Parts: sequence; structure tokens; C-alpha cells
Amino acid sequence: MNTTPTRRGYIFLYKRYERFWHWSQAALIVFMLITGFEIHGSYRIFGFQRAADYHTYTAWTLLVLWAFTIFWQFTTGEWKQYIPTLEKVGAMIRYYIYGIFTNAPHPFRKTTVKKHNPLQRLAYLALLSAVSPIIWGSGLFYLFYAYWKNWGIDGWLSLEAVALTHTAGAFMMLTFFFVHVYLTTTGHTPFAHIKTMITGWEEEERH
Amino acid sequence: MNWKILVRAAALAAGLAACGAQAMPSLADKLPKSAKGTADHGKFKELQKVFKSGPEVTRACLACHTDAARQVQHTRHWTWEVVDPKTGQKLGKKNIINNFCTTTVSNEKDCMACHAGYGWQDKGFDFAREESVDCLICHDSTGTYRKLPGDAGHPVYERKEFPAGSGKFVEAVDLAKVAQKVAMPSRANCGSCHFFGAGGDGTKHGDLDSSLKQPGKHLDVHMDAKGLNFSCVACHKTVDHQVSGSRYEFAASRHGPPTPRGKYDEEPASCQACHGDKPHRENPLLMDRLNVHTDKLACQTCHIPEYARNSIGTEKVWDWSTATTMGADGKPAVVKDSAGRRAFDSKKGNFAWDSFLTPEYRWFNGKVSFKVIGDKIDPSGVVEINHPEGSAVEPAARIWPFKVHRGKQAYDPELKNLLVVHTAGEDHTALWHNFDWPKAIETGMQTAGLPWSGKYDFVATEMSWPITHMVAPKGDAVACAQCHQDEGRLKGIDGIYLPGRDRNGLIDTIGWIVMALTLLGVLIHGGARVCVLCRKPRSPQ
Repeated sequence: MNTTPTRRGYIFLYKRYERFWHWSQAALIVFMLITGFEIHGSYRIFGFQRAADYHTYTAWTLLVLWAFTIFWQFTTGEWKQYIPTLEKVGAMIRYYIYGIFTNAPHPFRKTTVKKHNPLQRLAYLALLSAVSPIIWGSGLFYLFYAYWKNWGIDGWLSLEAVALTHTAGAFMMLTFFFVHVYLTTTGHTPFAHIKTMITGWEEEERH
Repeated sequence: MNWKILVRAAALAAGLAACGAQAMPSLADKLPKSAKGTADHGKFKELQKVFKSGPEVTRACLACHTDAARQVQHTRHWTWEVVDPKTGQKLGKKNIINNFCTTTVSNEKDCMACHAGYGWQDKGFDFAREESVDCLICHDSTGTYRKLPGDAGHPVYERKEFPAGSGKFVEAVDLAKVAQKVAMPSRANCGSCHFFGAGGDGTKHGDLDSSLKQPGKHLDVHMDAKGLNFSCVACHKTVDHQVSGSRYEFAASRHGPPTPRGKYDEEPASCQACHGDKPHRENPLLMDRLNVHTDKLACQTCHIPEYARNSIGTEKVWDWSTATTMGADGKPAVVKDSAGRRAFDSKKGNFAWDSFLTPEYRWFNGKVSFKVIGDKIDPSGVVEINHPEGSAVEPAARIWPFKVHRGKQAYDPELKNLLVVHTAGEDHTALWHNFDWPKAIETGMQTAGLPWSGKYDFVATEMSWPITHMVAPKGDAVACAQCHQDEGRLKGIDGIYLPGRDRNGLIDTIGWIVMALTLLGVLIHGGARVCVLCRKPRSPQ
């Protein structure tokens, strides 16, 4: 049964849970970047101990959030939004390189079944299949360092390797964050995408 | 069942739940309330007499405590000798050189003020003679039993001025009174020697000085006179007069759960003996983050943030090279520092003292290699009189806090060994009497039975002392950021990845360059959009 609300001239793109997930995840990831780079020694805000505590607690919170989100993705079928496609990728790239400056129409129209443009899909897939495993794989080994001996992996896994992998992943996430935030301004007004992500409603483009 | 029992049972259940498998009654309850025992020595006829000498008292003690002297004679408190089981090297005060008064050889009359015996004044001392064992130095409870340098371990039999010419007098010891009031050793007993090592309060160790007779909780959480009030032997568990926890048999790490007193324990004088190797109760979400530190760090490394935490302080430097320098008037001079501690003495050279000192940190596996009398040295660098061994790859090694005492000592530039110097004594060759290096060295080396080229010079030396006392309350423990930073306490420690201190230059450089390029790209792209928009405002659709 489809209970999606309707509004003239708008499509309802992001459901309540989806928006909650997005913004809480955004806040948690930003906070993990801030605390993470403090642990790394890049600057001092909370002090090492609190930065490490907060980083750990935030990681657990994010894991819980994901547990719910994975459940949500599967029960709603929304996971299909992340299936990659190469269709219109070229058009998207051309749009960002050229069209955006000539006021060309956006090559992709968002619908409730295709919320993400092809480049977004590829980017999110890369995030999900490369950056996330790098960060979380290393992060969880880091977190469970005290148990390496019990697991019998202390002989061949070094904290340095884990920490450096984690750092590399953090830089990737940081890069993603800045690009992602910048691309939110590429809607028909600079804040259109953000507004949509907050309210859930996307203004239908009229051509 | 009355309600009090119910309340206690509930409290106990709550306590057990909180403590988990390591639950046990509070340690203070387990320790004996007093060390008085069941015998009042004041009532023993054997002790109700006038004693003329220490050995006379010992004879009386041995009448009942038949095996005591033999037990003591098997301890290093008596032999001052320890043989390294691996190398066969003879260690102990009798054989080693330290960085303070250097050697006991040829100076026994002074040094043996701290020997648990009577009459050791030269090589001829009879180590088998039972009545030479000094029971009272460890068992005096009156605080009046004193042994002074120069008497070869005998207590003060007659009132005398000490130090000579100081105008201060030390009273003769009432041996009968002391004998009648013997007790289990208190902090003051052990401290009568161990607080005053190297000839003055706090001089040698830095974590042992007379402030530990009645310390506050801030100074030592276990010895806290108003709290746990541990005696030394609470940790240094002693069986048959064998005191555990020697520097020469050091346990740098110990594994497993706590085995509280009364149970067999290989290393009773370790923190872990009572606390186990996972002592921190942590938020479970942090996954034993503090406890895993015990894999690399000694407990002391975090829990003794500073040593010599009082105005007594400790000696950091002893430079013998300036000894025999006279004052402006051509007479022996003594200079004190602003805190009244020795800064210069014509007999001994220059000193530097300080309080509230941050330890130096080193990997340590419990083994210490020593330079003993006669060993060759390399005078081109700093001579490590003792070297704590261990490295990051050894499972038994931990990062330990050390007091490193630095100095300069006389050595033989031709034969390349440190010199035995006859310092103490009243004869004309004693350095502190005659201020003549060659004579003092000649006598010292002759007594040691070693050759001397006839030349002497001074070489920089250092000696490391593991810091293990003056354990602070947990709130005062070293904070994480003190090590987890670029310029932290563990700056020079290799073989570990220390988050906050260590990073990979390549990853960081690439990471920040990518970040900078991203921001640049965003700025260019965004800037271009803004320019285009300004020129061609989007027409209303």
C-alpha cells in the first residue's frame, strides 16, 4: 500500500526515516572526522582522551543507526536506489563540466524510484564498497585491539598497519564530504537539494 | 534474620555484581590490623638485662628464634651479593659500582651502617657468625636504634657528635629497651636504610625517602598513613626473612588474575599480584582500551606521574671530578642549594637535586646488566653503570619509568676501568680525610686486588633506577595526552605505534594534497558558476 503524501508541483523524495538517517549519519560522520583527526594529532579540541572516547561512542552509535538502516533498506526495497548504472553517466559528467555553466537542463530527472543521479549512484557505491570497508574494517580492528591476542591475530597484524589504513580511509571520507557538500549546491537554487533533504519534498522542474 | 544482615547481603550482592569475577573483600579488611603478635618481649627474662653490644642482643634473640640468624644469612641483606644465574656475574652491593658513593670495597666501615650485621669492616668479615646478624635494625619499633657511618654496622654505644664537628649529638642506644619492644618491620625500619641510600634522605632512589614514614594519600595511595597504611612487607612479602621484590630479580611484567596475599605468588611485590593484569574497570563500549595498555606499559608508568613528590627531593647528578677542590679559604667547603640540599662538598664534588621529577622511560624486561668492579668501559661516551635491557619485541618487556642519575667518576684512562676509591676512613689515604686522589685510588685498587696504571681521569656515567614507589591516587595518573602527542613522555620510545604521536608522512602528505586539490576544484568550479550566473542571471521560467 502506497501511503506517500502528495503535493502539487512537488514529488515526495525522502521519507521521514530516510531523512533522519541521512542527517544523523551526517552529524555522526562529521563528528567522527573531527574527533578522528584530533586523535591523529592534527589539532587539539577535546583533548586526546575525550576525543578517543567520543570517537568510540560515535562509532557505536553509527553502527546502531546502520543496523536500523539496513533493516529499513531491505524492508522498503530502497536498497535498489544504490544499484549502479552507466546510463547517462557521460551526460552527467558533461553537465558538471559544461552544461552547468550554460544553464543547460539537468540531464537527470529525479523520481521516487530513481532518487540519485547516475554519478551519485556510482559515488555512493564507491563509498559503500570501498571507503566504508576501509574505514570500518580498520576501525573495528582498531577498536578491538585488546582482543587480538585472543583471536590469535596479534602475530601478523600490526597496529601501525591498521592505524594507517584507517587514516587513509579518513582522508577519503573527508574528500567525499567536501565534494558531497559542494554538489548539494548544484540544484536549481543553491539550497534546493538541502531543502529537499530536510523536508523530503523536491520541487518538480518545469521545462 | 535481622534487617542488618539483609542489607549487608544486598550490598554484598551488589558489590559482587559490580566487581564481577574479581570480587573480593576490600583489601584493608584482609590485612592484619596490627603487627603486635602474641608475645610481649618486654616480659622475657632473657631481655631484661643490660646489653653492651649488638651481638649480645642477637645471642638473646637466637635463644628462642633458633633459625633466625641462619635465615638472614641466606639473604642479600646479609651477603650483599647476588649471583646472576645466567651469566654467573657477581652482583650485589659488595661487587657493583654505583653512581653515588661508588663502591663499598675499602669503605666498609662507613657503608656497613646499612648492613644487617655487626663488624663488617674489611674482607675478613666472618659471614657464618650468627651473633653478627643484626636483628634490631629491622625489628626496632622505638625509632631509637641508630647505626652511624664509621662503626662497621654497630649501633651507637656511646653518645657522640655526628657528623663530627656539627655540634649535633646522637644518643647511645638503650639496647635492652629496643630488644624488649621488637616488632614486625615498619616503613621506618626498612626506611632507616632504604630512604637514606647514598648517604642522605632521598638521595638515591627518588621514590623512597623519609616522607614515606607517614605519607598522605597523594604521595602514596597504599602507604597512606590515614588510609591503607601498608607496611613495606605488605607488598614485599617476606618468607623466612627472604624479602621479595629485589632489583636484582625484577619482574617487569606479570600475567594473569590477582592472587591476593596468603596465596602462592611468584612475584608478590608486583602491582599485578593484587590487581591482576586487567585492573581497570572500563565502559564496556571502550573494549578494554585501558587494560590493553598493560601489554606495553608497566603500571608504574601511568600511576607514578612524578617521583620525589615532596620538598626532600632526590639527587640527579653527582660529579666526582670537582672533589678535593677547596673553598676560597683553602679549606674544605660545603655549599647548599636554595632548598638546603647539598650542592657542593670538597670531599665529594658537585651535586644537583630536584623535586617533582618526571621519569625517563625505557623498555625494560627485568634484566639489568651491570658494570662491576674491574669491568672494562668505553670512556668515549657516557658509561652506563647499569643498563636496563629489553625492547619492544620482547613479550616480557614493558615501558618502565626510571630515575636516571648522572655523574662523573674516576677511571683509569689506560686500563679503561672505573676506579675503586678509598673514600671513607680516618687513615691518611682516605679521600675524605686527606683530599688526595692518587693515594685514595691506590688504596682502593689495592684493597680490591686490581691493577692501576697510576693515571686517573673522570668519565661521564649514568645509572638507572626503576621507579615503583610513590604510587599516586588514580585521579593523578598520567593523562592519555601526556604520551599520545608529538612531544609527549614517550617521545623516544621505539617499536610501537603510538596514536597521536605516530603517523605516516606519505599518507598524510597525499591525504592533505588531495584535500587541497578538492577544495581548489570546488572553489574553481563554484567560482565559475557564480561568475556565469552574475553575467547571465537565470531567466524566470
